[in-house]
Amino acid sequence: MSELRDRIQQTIETEPVVAFIKGTHEQCMCGNSERALQSLRAVGASFTAVDVLPDPAIRQELSALSSWPTIPQVFVGGELVGGADIVQELAMNGELEAKLNEKLGDSWRNGGEERTVAVTERENPFRLAR
Amino acid sequence: MSERLQTLLEGAFPDAKGVEVVDRTGGGDHFHVTVVSGRFSGLSLVDQHRLVYDALAEPLEDGTIHELRITTRGDA
Repeated sequence: MSELRDRIQQTIETEPVVAFIKGTHEQCMCGNSERALQSLRAVGASFTAVDVLPDPAIRQELSALSSWPTIPQVFVGGELVGGADIVQELAMNGELEAKLNEKLGDSWRNGGEERTVAVTERENPFRLAR
Repeated sequence: MSERLQTLLEGAFPDAKGVEVVDRTGGGDHFHVTVVSGRFSGLSLVDQHRLVYDALAEPLEDGTIHELRITTRGDA
């Protein structure tokens, strides 16, 4: 198993809610990724984002791990909950909160905190210079 | 391109009560597919969508599909 795949696996296992997206929680670069984040925000969940854009290998290794071909991918308590369409549907019908409760107890209502972590040292080549 | 997706989905879901492919932008790479099939009964949404991804593995892999939205429904 590659080092990168290890780090992705570790991130999935240790972050209570993690969304692999194009961009960051502050600067999302894709409508589908944005829909997934908005769905998490709609239920007030704290989450960690991982930007897949810095290196195409992130996406390849992630999809190899999850058997899910597209981005975004949202994991709760180590389990793939879905891409944008599913997470949005679950947020609207109340099942996303039920899944968060089932997997994480009350801890996910942690003030809706958001952050982005890196699984590689590479910079996102598409990010705008500040 | 919509026809190719339609054909692949109808091949993978011969029992489907409905297969719809919408080219969302007219550009032939952003699609919304809807499949109504009894095969989805009892499956989680993740597994339902996986069946659709499996059916469309080829156009997903070769880059034909840039963005894909999926709606699945059991026929019950």
